[in-house]
Formats: sequence, structure tokens, C-alpha cells
Amino acid sequence: MRDAAVQHSYLDDGRTLRSWLLTTDHKRIAILYIVAITFFFFAGGFAAFLIRYNLISPKGLIGSAETYNRLFSMHGILMVWFFLVPAVPVTLGNFLVPLMLGARDLAFPRLNLLSWYLFMAAGVVALYAVVGGGVDTGWTFYTPLTSFYSQGHVIAAVVAIFIAGFSSIATGLNFIVTIHKLRAPGMTWYKMPVFLWSLYATSVILVLATPVLAMTLLLLAFERIFGIGVFDPAIGGDPLLFQHLFWFYSHPAVYVMILPGFGVISEIIPAFSRKELFGYKFVVWASIAIAVIGFLVWGHHMFVAGTSLYSALVFSLLSYMVAAPSAIKVFNWIATMHKGYIRFDAPMLYAIGFIGLFTTGGLTGLFLAALAADVHLTQTYFVVAHFHYVMVGGMVSAYFAGLHFWWPKMTGHMYPEMWGRAGAIIIFVGFNLTFFPQFLLGYLGMPRRYFAYPQHFEALNLLSSAGALILAVGYILPLGYLTWSLLYGERASANPWGATGLEWTTASPPPTENFAVTPIVTQAPYQYRQAEAVNHE
Amino acid sequence: MSDAAAHEFQFASAEHQRETAISGIWLFLATEALFFGPIFLSWIFARHADPSAFDVGGRRTDLTIGLANTALLIASSFAYGVGLALIGFGRRRGMVAWLAIAWALGAAFIGLKFGVEWRTELSEGLFPGAHFSIHGPARSGAQLFFAFYFFATALHGLHLLIGLGLLAWIIIQAERFTAENHTPVHVVGLYWTFIDVIWLILFPLIYLIGRAS
Repeated sequence: MRDAAVQHSYLDDGRTLRSWLLTTDHKRIAILYIVAITFFFFAGGFAAFLIRYNLISPKGLIGSAETYNRLFSMHGILMVWFFLVPAVPVTLGNFLVPLMLGARDLAFPRLNLLSWYLFMAAGVVALYAVVGGGVDTGWTFYTPLTSFYSQGHVIAAVVAIFIAGFSSIATGLNFIVTIHKLRAPGMTWYKMPVFLWSLYATSVILVLATPVLAMTLLLLAFERIFGIGVFDPAIGGDPLLFQHLFWFYSHPAVYVMILPGFGVISEIIPAFSRKELFGYKFVVWASIAIAVIGFLVWGHHMFVAGTSLYSALVFSLLSYMVAAPSAIKVFNWIATMHKGYIRFDAPMLYAIGFIGLFTTGGLTGLFLAALAADVHLTQTYFVVAHFHYVMVGGMVSAYFAGLHFWWPKMTGHMYPEMWGRAGAIIIFVGFNLTFFPQFLLGYLGMPRRYFAYPQHFEALNLLSSAGALILAVGYILPLGYLTWSLLYGERASANPWGATGLEWTTASPPPTENFAVTPIVTQAPYQYRQAEAVNHE
Repeated sequence: MSDAAAHEFQFASAEHQRETAISGIWLFLATEALFFGPIFLSWIFARHADPSAFDVGGRRTDLTIGLANTALLIASSFAYGVGLALIGFGRRRGMVAWLAIAWALGAAFIGLKFGVEWRTELSEGLFPGAHFSIHGPARSGAQLFFAFYFFATALHGLHLLIGLGLLAWIIIQAERFTAENHTPVHVVGLYWTFIDVIWLILFPLIYLIGRAS
């Protein structure tokens, strides 16, 4: 283990604002992204909080359906494109891809910085759209509502997502090329940590699906500006075409949101079970399978939109198939924990929470993939609950798990462990209280996206809103104690968890060039039994 | 980057850096292909729904200019290819000359497309909207055809303009390039040729299919 004092950490390599804003260091760009992402997470979260506030009363406490529509649109747009899609890749991914590969940086560092500026530009435009009055279209921008009838700042919102898309493409392209070309000597594909494989699968989706969304939004903007266009049924265009193109991106995009989370969990479970990851190759190929099959299931968003029965049958079947690789992963994580020496540190608590919540979200997804059940459940709170179990219970938990796990590596400081565990438990409880009642509401037939509801749904909605309050506390806690740890946290050693992986062989925080000597990889990943044996000698 | 063997610190060698750059541009072109994909898909899909109206629209296009422009673009890519081959032999002045030809041919495309063809079409009232000049049963389908036409050619033209900028940049920077070290020439060349590929799909969609029946 090298002495951190001898080398300059990346945090000390220039302290001016300029040295941050013009940096091409992947680690610094990751930090820039964390700041930005955190802002958007709380902005989107604030909108969610107001939504739950409104739904405390059956008549709606905000008093205006218009405002309510704008709130859930803002929540969806900010959370999807400015938090969920980029969150893990641009923060943990940016920081860790070169470190895990044994490389000095990503293949295209300037492109990496450009992606951050694009993201920020997109964010500014999105905030302009929000502050200027917002949009009332939902995050899905369905035509002809968006192209002809909607009143809000649709163009601004569309431009924001268009720009953010190119930021995603830049990141995905950078990751793919880096993983192909910048692996350290001896780092064969099957020696790569699963986190890298999952980011690879994610990047493939980003690179191949995002351009389709970009063009679709451009066509939408054209139609709205000129009052004529390809989705307009009056001249023989087709609104369903928009839905096809939109979901061709947006369904794979939900795998963009969840796959990196799978990667994070696959790192944490072995580290805190002191065991090799069970069925490494199955986990790896499950990621790839999800990326591939994920491209073929978009039609299940349109079962009631008037597509043909035969296409619906095929999409239903394919949607079942995409569940299989996810299930493989869940079984592998549980098998990894089986007979392990499990430690319940905060990252592991989040990871275990992830398994439970993601599995709930995944299994309820099967209800929706079933053609007959979906006709009943679609457009109800059942869908909202399913989506949030996967995205918030799954993805956000995974992000927090990873943030805590690699926090010592990124900052050089330990976070306060008791606070970390408390946060993880509060979030788990708050989350379930918020979203489990929504499964019941959906089953009972409460439609989504309405600002008022019949009296008999009041009790469950009240529970859900109470849960949101607890969830809010759970999310604000880490903001406090993680910030505190930057100033007062105990200094972290190079490898505080005793984890495997090249990122733990360099100092915490790492020096600018990552490794003084390019590492040579001889071992398969996750050799925890061997690591233990060495420790006990 | 002044030294021929120089490379950025994340790469093991200049060769490593070159290979990585080439991988990057190919992947970028894959994203570009998918970027244009929805236009082609929607176009074919919409045509399939109302082929006779699309034919009416398609016959109002100027096949002569379309053919001339296709020739210009292919010739331009050929010229670029010659320039790229010449720098491979270290013949920098030859490269500059052929790249200048490639640039001029590309600029001629822009001039013909927007200066002549678009102008005529706009003056004939072919831009979709209230003043659209085709009437009768084919009116709405022909409007859709021209919506696609203006949208796609504008976007293609924008790509070409960016390409002209990149070509100019290569020509200005020509001093940097040697037989061993000319990755940017290669990278820009791939992009330049890709713009042709997009055009080769647009060309039949615009000019040929409507005239086929």
C-alpha cells in the first residue's frame, strides 16, 4: 500500500474554480456531476413532495389541476433525464471505469468534460422551462397533445432533453471505447468486475437508443413550430408512430436506469459477504441479455393504444423473457450471500433493501407484461408503484449503496457509519410506506395523473403521503452527514472495506494519474477467500 | 502533439491513441445512423399509408438537381479519399489540394440544394402549411411528403455544413500531419463519407420512388 502523502491526490491538483471547470480528469468530472445530479434529485423530489401533498385530500390541496399536471411533468422530466438515466454512469461510472480497468483516464477526456457542459446546458434549459411555467404533458410528450394542444414550454423541455441526450451519448461512447481499448495488461473481459460489464451494457443502450429519441423529439418540435408534421393525423401522419419511436428509446432507457444499479449491487454483495460472486458469467451475460432483449419489448407500453393483437402477443411474450435475466441476477446475489460472513454496513443495508424492492418491482412488472392483466391495470397507480419500486426502490437505493461504498475512495473520508445505517433503514421504511399503498390503489382502480380522487381512496393516499414525508427525511439525512464527513470524517485508508478490485489498490483519494505504475492483472475478480487467507497470515 | 510520437497520457503509444480514435468515430457514426433512422422509418411508413399522394409530391422534386448533387457528393468523397491516400505517402501539398477540391464540391452541393432547389420550391409554394400549392385529394399526403423533404434535407445540409467546417480545419492544420501521424484526416474522412451514405438513402426516397410507377 502506497503512502497517500507522497502522491498528490486528484483533489489537491489545483484548488481554483478554474482548475475544476476546465478539468479533464475523470474523477473531478465525476464530482462535478455529483453536485449537478444532487441538485436535480432534490428539485425533482420537491415536485414529488408537492404531488403527495396535493393527494392528502380527495379534492386536492393545491386546488388546480393545471398546476398538478405541471408538477408531475416536472417531476418525471427531471427525475428521468436529469437523475435516473445519468446518475450512476456519470458519477460512479466516471470515477470508477478507469480505476477498475487500471487505466489513467477515459479514452476521450475532453469529450467527457463536454458531456458535463452539455448536461448543464440541458439542465439550464429544463429549469427555464420549469420556471417559465412548466409543461403539462407528462414526461412522455404524447402527440397530438404536445404538438397542438399543450400550452406550456414544450419546445424548451424538448430542447433540454435533446441536449441531455447528446450528453448521454458522449458518456456511453466514451465508456464503450474505454472498456475496449484501455484495459490494463491482463485485464481480460472475464476478469472485469461486473460493474464494468453492466456499464458496458448500459452504454450500448445509450449509444443506440438515445439518437432515436433525439430525432423523435426533433420531429415533434418541427411539428409544433410549423403546425404541420409527421405525427399529425390530419395530413396522414400517425400519433402512434410517435409512441413507437418514443418507447423504442424509453423502454431500453429504463434498463439504462437499472443496469448500472445491478452493477453496483454485484460489487457490494460479495464485498460484505466475504465471498466470490456466485455465477459470475451468468451475471455478466444477464446484463448483456437485458440490453439486447430490452430493445424488443417497447410495444408493451401500447397494449391499449390500438396496436394489433398479434404484435401485442409477441411484445407480451418478449416482456416476460426480459424478466428472466433479472431473476438470474437476484438468485446469484442471494446465492452469494448464502453462507457468507455478512456485514451490515450501510452499503450492504442499501443493497439488501435493493434486492427486496427491486424483486417486488420486477415481479409486479410481470403482471403488467401479461396482456390481459395490463388492460385492467394500465394507467392506474399500480403502474406508478411498479415503476417506483424498480426506479426508486431499486435504482436510487443502488445509487446510495454505491455512493456510500465508494465515498471513502472518492473523498478520502469515512462517512459516519451509524448515520449511514439509520439513513438506509429510514429510506427503506419510508419508501415502502409511500409506494406499497399505491399497488392497492391501482388494484382498486385509482387512475394515475389525476389531482383529485374519490373519497374511499383517502386512507391509502394518506398513508402514501405520510411515507413520502419519512422518505424525504431519509434522503435529506445523507445530504447532511456526507457533507459533514467531507470536513470532519475520519481519514479513509486505501481499502477500508477489504474489497477486491483495482480501485482499492490505489490511495484514497487516488492521485491524478490513478496508478503510479500501470497494474498487471493476474486474478479473477472477487477473490474474497484468498484475500481473507492473506489477511490471516 | 507537435512530436510525431507524442500521445496523451491515458494511452500506451501513439498507435494505441490512433486505434482508439478510429474506434470512437465508428461508434459515433453508428449513433448518427440511428439518429437518421426515425426519419427513414417514418418516411417509409407514411408513404406506405398513402403512396399515390407521396408520388404526387415526389414528382414535384427536381430530379436533375438531385442527380447533380448526388454526383457532387460522391466525387467529393472520392477527392477526400485521394487526399487521405496522399498524406499516407507523406505528400502534404497533394492532400491539401485534393481536400480543397472535396470542400468545393461539398460547398457546390449546399449552393445547389439551398440556393437553387429550395428557393424554387419555396417560391412554388411547396412548403407545407396554409399556402401549400398542391390541391385535390393528394394535398395532405403531398404535404406530408414535403414535411419529410424539408426536414430531412435541412438536417442533412446541417451535417454537411459541419463537415465543411471540419474539412477547412483539416486544411488549415495541414502542417501538423505526416505520413505516420494523420489520425484527424482519417477521422474527418469517415464522417465526410458518412454524410454521403445518408444522402444515398435520401436520394431515392426524395427523387426516385415517386417517379417509379
